[in-house]
Amino acid sequence: MTTDCAPVPLDGTDPGPAGPNVLRTAAGRGISTRGARVWSSVWPKLLAIGSFLAFWQVVVWAEWRPDYILPGPGPVLRQLGHDLTTWELWWAIGTTMRRGLVGFALAAAIGLVVGLAVARNRVLRSAIGSMITGLQTMPSIAWFPLAILLFQITESAILFVIVLGAAPSIANGVIAGVDHVPPLLLRAGRNLGARGIALYRHVIWPAALPWIAAGLKQGWAFAWRSLMAGELLVIIADRPSIGVRLQLSRELVQATNMIATLIVILMIGVLVDVGFTAIDRRLRARRGVLDQTTR
Amino acid sequence: MSTAVALESVSMVYGHGRNALLALDQISLTVRTGELVCLVGASGCGKSTLLSLIAGLDRPSGGTVWVDGAGTPGLMFQDPALFPWLSVAGNVELPLKLGRVPQDVRRQRCTELLATVHLSEFARKRPHELSGGMRQRVALARTLALHTPVLLMDEPFGALDAMTRDRLHDELERIWTERGLTIVFVTHNVREAVRLADRVVLLSSRPGRVIWEQVVDLPRPRRIDSPAAAILAAGITDRLRAAVACHDD
Repeated sequence: MTTDCAPVPLDGTDPGPAGPNVLRTAAGRGISTRGARVWSSVWPKLLAIGSFLAFWQVVVWAEWRPDYILPGPGPVLRQLGHDLTTWELWWAIGTTMRRGLVGFALAAAIGLVVGLAVARNRVLRSAIGSMITGLQTMPSIAWFPLAILLFQITESAILFVIVLGAAPSIANGVIAGVDHVPPLLLRAGRNLGARGIALYRHVIWPAALPWIAAGLKQGWAFAWRSLMAGELLVIIADRPSIGVRLQLSRELVQATNMIATLIVILMIGVLVDVGFTAIDRRLRARRGVLDQTTR
Repeated sequence: MSTAVALESVSMVYGHGRNALLALDQISLTVRTGELVCLVGASGCGKSTLLSLIAGLDRPSGGTVWVDGAGTPGLMFQDPALFPWLSVAGNVELPLKLGRVPQDVRRQRCTELLATVHLSEFARKRPHELSGGMRQRVALARTLALHTPVLLMDEPFGALDAMTRDRLHDELERIWTERGLTIVFVTHNVREAVRLADRVVLLSSRPGRVIWEQVVDLPRPRRIDSPAAAILAAGITDRLRAAVACHDD
């Protein structure tokens, strides 16, 4: 019993609770490594941002372009700080995010259904399997002329392009996930009584989930790009959005506002990525495929 | 004595035409209820294929497979094949869930099964937090949850260290006796076969054929390193070597 039943945390790799003493030391170690971990992931980012700002300032000082066209980081960051206190910016962000989320949700629903259907049906796979990958390579902006003909200058045109851009990635994620389910788990599942739908629900779906999550993450990237392209082309009156702000500041030659808006877009992208990464980490940690030392 | 498993000239062919590979050649084998039979053979002799056929995961190319009682026999592999997204308890409960056992009954049976394999404190752990031997015991509990009279085991302890394997032999023997199970146990380890089996069946390789049978009537509980077991194992190993040599010529 000794080697086999010894609680796992005692070997020093897993900070799980085994008893009060072990728990205390494990928790203490957890906090100190978490602080170090945060710092070790933060300082390269700070350094990168700092060097970028310095480079930008140098270009401005070199007077490569007049400063009303290429303002320095100081005025832009002041403008951004001001914009963040106005309701217009938040309204624009709200409009854009709502479009993004609705389009992404539609794309996710369609991508999941199509992906599952293609993954389990051989005829469907040979019929449209490669077409899904083909669709993925299509630049989303190329769809807009068609979208505008079909839906005129409306939100539906934007949603149409978001779905076309994001759904193939999500479907591909589902297909890859189903293809990568270990055959042994399928055999075990079948032997334990999982047939048909139950096999999908209890074995294939959970086994494929990390791939599906990766597909959703990539799908969001495509959706976000399609959305930005769409908001530049499909401008609806009296409905401020991030794209409209970009377009307006170009027309009025307000470079400071424009770059401030670009920074907003970038920050939203980073925040969403942080969310997806956290989900991916959780999935992997629960399954024991995350190296504890590099977390 | 009633029969638990009966194979009647079972053959298995993989592939077609010129690439066809005869994995099993007219195997006939009867396992009595409550018997523990070990199938021994060199790798590639179709032992795993045979178990898949008995478990109903594959269909034979020829012959008949008959298994006593309702439901398919439980099957265990060398890899525990636990579901990494479920806790230990979740893994053990899954066959019950799939069998539509009500939740409270499920909980209770899971607790009993984990107690049977001495893993009661580990119900909430994830498979990756356990050692190899513990994982294999979870797999055993999960298979027992199927509540089938016949258990098929495909080199289940092949990847474990000797100490762990010895203890799992003791536990398997105890569970087998307590529950009156019928077990078909595949291994390439003759000593392990002599330790566990009522009867050892030798298979030749490519194609798999039954070449010899040996009843093991050593008193239980046995030790894998007892002199009597060693002598018996040596005899079986000689037979196996002779068969492999013939095959190589």
